Amino acid sequence: MRNQLRVLTIGILLTLGLIIVACAAPTAAPTSAPPTKAPVVEPTKAPAPTAVPAATTAPAATKAPEATKPAATSALAAQAKKLLIGFTASQTGAQQVASKKQVEGLQLWLDDVKKAGGIKLKDGTLYMPEMKFYDDESKTDRVQALYAKLINEDKADFLLSPYSSGLARAAAVVGEQNGKVMITAGAADDVTMEQGFKNTFQLYTPASRYLTGAADMLMKIDPTAKKIAIVYEKDSFSTSVANALKPYAEGKGLNVVMFEGYDTGSTDFSPFINKISATNPDAILGGGHFADGTTFAKQLYDKKTPVRFVTLLVAPPEPTFKDIGDAAQYIIGPSQWEPQVTYSAESAKAANIPYYGPSVKAFTDAYVAKYKDSPSYHSAGGYAQGLLLQKAIEDADSVDPAKIVAALDKMNLMTFYGVIKFSTEAKTHGKQVAHDMVYMQWQKDASGKLITNIVWPLEAKSADGQLRK
Amino acid sequence: MNFEVLIASSIDGLTLGFVFGLMAMGLTLIFGVMKVINLGHGPFIVMGMFAVLVLSQNLGINPYLALPIVIVLGLVTGVVTYFVAVHRVINAPELTTLLATFSVNMMLIGALTIIFSTSPRGLSLELPAFRAGTITVLGTRVVAVLIALLVTGALYAFLYRTHIGKSIRAVANNRSAAELMGINSTWALALSFGIGTVLAMVSGALLATLFGFTVLSGGGLETKSFVIVVLGGLGNPTGALLGGIVIGLLESITTIFMPVSYVPVFEFVVFILILLFRPNGLLGAR
Amino acid sequence: MKSLTNPSLWIIWFVVLGVALMPVFGNLPALREELFVLLMLVTLASSVNIIMGYTGYVSFGHIVFFGIGGYTAFYLIQTLQFNFVLAALIGGGIASLIAFLIGMPVLRLRGAYFALATIGINEAFRTLVTNVDALGGAVGMLLQFSVYDAYGGAKSASQLAYYGIILVALLTITASFVIKKSKFGLSLMAIREDQDTAMVLGIDPARAKVMTYTISAFFPALAGALFFFKNGNIEPGPAFELHRSIEALVMVMLGGFGTVTGPIVGAFVYERLRGFLITDPIFSNAHLVISGLLLLIIVLFVTAGVVGWLRQRIPTLRRFLE
Repeated sequence: MRNQLRVLTIGILLTLGLIIVACAAPTAAPTSAPPTKAPVVEPTKAPAPTAVPAATTAPAATKAPEATKPAATSALAAQAKKLLIGFTASQTGAQQVASKKQVEGLQLWLDDVKKAGGIKLKDGTLYMPEMKFYDDESKTDRVQALYAKLINEDKADFLLSPYSSGLARAAAVVGEQNGKVMITAGAADDVTMEQGFKNTFQLYTPASRYLTGAADMLMKIDPTAKKIAIVYEKDSFSTSVANALKPYAEGKGLNVVMFEGYDTGSTDFSPFINKISATNPDAILGGGHFADGTTFAKQLYDKKTPVRFVTLLVAPPEPTFKDIGDAAQYIIGPSQWEPQVTYSAESAKAANIPYYGPSVKAFTDAYVAKYKDSPSYHSAGGYAQGLLLQKAIEDADSVDPAKIVAALDKMNLMTFYGVIKFSTEAKTHGKQVAHDMVYMQWQKDASGKLITNIVWPLEAKSADGQLRK
Repeated sequence: MNFEVLIASSIDGLTLGFVFGLMAMGLTLIFGVMKVINLGHGPFIVMGMFAVLVLSQNLGINPYLALPIVIVLGLVTGVVTYFVAVHRVINAPELTTLLATFSVNMMLIGALTIIFSTSPRGLSLELPAFRAGTITVLGTRVVAVLIALLVTGALYAFLYRTHIGKSIRAVANNRSAAELMGINSTWALALSFGIGTVLAMVSGALLATLFGFTVLSGGGLETKSFVIVVLGGLGNPTGALLGGIVIGLLESITTIFMPVSYVPVFEFVVFILILLFRPNGLLGAR
Repeated sequence: MKSLTNPSLWIIWFVVLGVALMPVFGNLPALREELFVLLMLVTLASSVNIIMGYTGYVSFGHIVFFGIGGYTAFYLIQTLQFNFVLAALIGGGIASLIAFLIGMPVLRLRGAYFALATIGINEAFRTLVTNVDALGGAVGMLLQFSVYDAYGGAKSASQLAYYGIILVALLTITASFVIKKSKFGLSLMAIREDQDTAMVLGIDPARAKVMTYTISAFFPALAGALFFFKNGNIEPGPAFELHRSIEALVMVMLGGFGTVTGPIVGAFVYERLRGFLITDPIFSNAHLVISGLLLLIIVLFVTAGVVGWLRQRIPTLRRFLE
C-alpha cells in the first residue's frame, strides 16, 4: 500500500510537470516566432490584372524592371521579406523519381527569382521566396502531420502539393482547413477538385482528359480503326483515366471491345495479352505506372501483337523507358509537357491571352545546364507551380491569401508549360480547365536511335505519329 | 473461350512457372534449413535484376553470360547477410528473425533506391521465337526454363552428392545431432543462406530478361514467393518448383476466365485455404 | 476488474493523457497532428501486442483490421451520413466479427504458418476491396468537404478525431493492461510458453486465442476509422498496407514484447527517430538504410526491447513498469 502511494505520487508529479510544460509552450510560442505576415497594402493598389501583360512579354528569367537590377539588387535582397513555400516531397518510395524532378523544377524557378532579385510589388516591397520541404515517403500516413507542421511551425506562407493524387488529396484537406493557398502539381485527379475547395488550384490537366486526346489522335492517323481495348492498372489514378476514356471513345463511335483493370502488383502480362489479342483490337489504350507499363510494352512487342496503336500512361515519358529497346518504338504516352512543345509569346498573342515567364527553350536550357539531364513534365510542373504563384502575387500586388485567390481565379495565361486557367464554379473551384495534354511517341531517327517526338496535338507536333507495324 | 488462347496462355504460364519456382526455392531452402522466413528475399531478387542490368548495359556482357557473376555475387551477399543479421538470432523466436531479415530488406531497398532511383528499367534482349497464330513461345522463356532446370539440377546434385551438401541436409534435419557428428553447423547454415540468396538473385536475373522492373518490384514477388512456398510445403525445394508451376498455370488460365483483377483475390484465397487444410503443402502429408 | 485500480495503469494513463492534451491546452495544431499519428501507432502497436506479446502469435497482417474499420466507417459516413463516432464503433464491431470468424481456423496454425496466413488475409482483402465498386473500387472513396460541416467545419472535425484517437489509445492500453493482469492473461501466457501443458492445466487454448484475436482486432479498426475520417479519402493501397503492419511489429520489439508500456515506448521512439531522420538534411536520403541498421542493432543486441531491458536492469522497476 505504501509503495503504491509513492508510485501514485510520482505519477501525479510527472503529469503536473507535463501540464506545466504544455501550458508554458503556448505562452512562449508567439514571442519566439515572429509572424512573417505581409504588410497590408493600400486598398487602391488591389488587384489590377489589366496592367500586367505589358511588363511580362519579355522573358522573365532576365526580367528586371529599369534601374533596380545592376547596383541595387544585393542591397534590396537584404531587405526583401521572406516568403516561405512549404510542401512535402517523396524522396523515397514509389513516387521518388517524379517527385525529385518536380522539386528540381521548383528549385530552378527559385534560382531565377533570386537572380531577378525577388518578387516585387508596385510599392517596391520585395519578397524573396524560400522553400521548405519534408520527405513523405510516398505514403499518406504522415502527409497531414507534415503539412500541419509546415503551416503552424514553419509558418509557411504558401503551399505546394506533394507528387501524386492520393498524397495531394490528404494535403489539400489540411491546406483548406487552414485557409492556405495551395497550388498542386503532379495531382491529376478529378474528384479531389470536385469537393468545393476554396484555396486549392490544380496545375495538371485532370485525369478525365488524360487519354481523350489519344482517342482523337487514333481516329485521325488511323481512320479505319474501330475496335479499341482499354486496359488499365487498378489504382486510383489509372482507373479514373479509364473510366473517363470509355464514354468518350464510345461517343466518338469507337467500339470498346475490352475494358479491364489489372492488379497493381501484376508482373506478367502475357496471358492477359493473349486475352486481349483474342478480341482483335486495332488499338490499346490504358496502362498504369512504371514497371507494369514497361513490361506491358515489352511483352506486346515480344508477342508481335498486331495492334497498330498503343498508348500507355506514365511509363513512356520516362527516359529509361528506352531500356527495352525496339519494344519502346511506336509506344505513345500522354504527357503534361515535353521539351518540344511550341508554346510561345507569338502563339499566346494568336490566342489573345498574355504570355508569362521564360520561353520553352530558356527553361530547357537552364534545366539542362543545372542538372545535366533533360527536364521531364514533372520538372516543368515544378517550375510552373512557382511561376504561377509569382504571377499571382504580382497580379494581386499583395501576398494576402484572399487577394492571391482572386488573382488565381482571374488568371488566364500562357506559359512555357501551356495555357493555365482555373474553374471558378463553386463545386469544381480550382480545377484546371485550359491546360492540354501532349502526346509523345518513341520513334527511331535516321540513324536508328530511339528518340521521342510530340505527335499530338497537330499544332504542337514535332513529327508525324507512326503506326505500329 | 478460344481454345488457342487457352493453349497460348498455358504455355506462357508454364514457362514462367519454372522461374517462379526457382525464385521460391530460395525462400523455402532457407526456411527448411534454419526455420527463418527471409523477408530480405524481395530485395535479393531485385539485386539479381539490377546486377544483370549493370553487367549488360554498362559492361556489355550478355545477360546469360553474366549469370555466373550473379551467382558469385549472390553467394557472397548471402553469406555476409547471414553472419551480419541472422547468425546471432538463429535460435531466437521467429519474430526476431523476421525483423532481422526485414531490417536487411530496409537497408537494401534504401541503398538500391539511392543508387538506381525507382525509374522503370528493362533489358533489351531478343531471341528467336516460335510462333503459330496466337501461340508464341519466346526464346527468352525457353532459355529461362532451361536455366531454371539446370540450377535446380545443380542444387540437388550439390545437396545429395557432395559432402558439404549432405552436411547441410544433416543440419536441416537435426542441428544438434549434426554438430555431435562433427559438422560445423555455422558454416552449413551460412552456406545455405548463401545458396538461398543465389537462387533469389538468379531468378531475379531471369525475370529481368522477361519483364520490365523497378527497385520496388521485389515486394510483389516476395509475396508471390510466400504463396508458392506454402503451396509446395514450407521447406520443400521440389515442392517450391511444383508450386511455382501451379501458380504460373493458375494465373494464366484464370486470367482467361475471370476479370484479370480478380486473379490475385483468387490466388490469395487459395493460399489461405491451402494453409488451413493442407499446411504441409499440396505434396506433403497431412 | 481489480486491475483498474492498479497504480501502474494510472501512471500510464496520466503520462499518456498529459502528453496527449498538450496540443489541446497549448493550441498547437502541428503538434496535434503529429500526436495523432503517434497515438494511432500506439494503438496499432498495443493491439498487435495483445495477440502477439501475450499469446506468441505473430500477426503479420494485423493491419487488415485497420483497413476494415476504415472502410466500414468511411462507407457509413459517406453514403449513409452516420456520425463518425457511431461509424467507428460499427467498424470496430465488424472487424471483431471478422476476426472471430476467421480466428477459429487460422489460429490453429502455429508459428510461421500463422504469420504467413495473416499476410495472405490482408492481401486477399486488399485485392478484393479493389474490385468492389460499392466501396469505390480502385479509386477509393472521398468525403465531400461539406461532410465536416456537421462537426463545425474541417478544422473542428479534425479536433474531434483527435479526441477520438486519445480515447482509443487509452482504451487499447487499458485493455492490454487488464488482460495482462487477469487470470485470462495468465492463461494466454501459459499458451505462449507451452500450449500442450496449458491444455493439461484445463485451459481451452482455442477459445482463449480466438477471444484475444477478436479483442485485438477491435482497436486498430477504431484507429483506421478515425484516421481515414480525418484524412478525407480512403484507397485500398494505403488502407491495407502491409508495411504499416510490419512497422507496428517493429515498435513492439523496440519497446518490449509482452509488456504494456513497451508498445507505447516503442511507438514513441520509432516515430521520433523517423521524424528526425526524415527532416534532417543529412540523413533524409539514407533514412531507410539508417533505420534498417538501427532496427538490426536493436534486434540483435537489445532483444527484450527498451522496457524489457529496463526491467532486467533495475529490479525495482518491475513492480510498476508493466
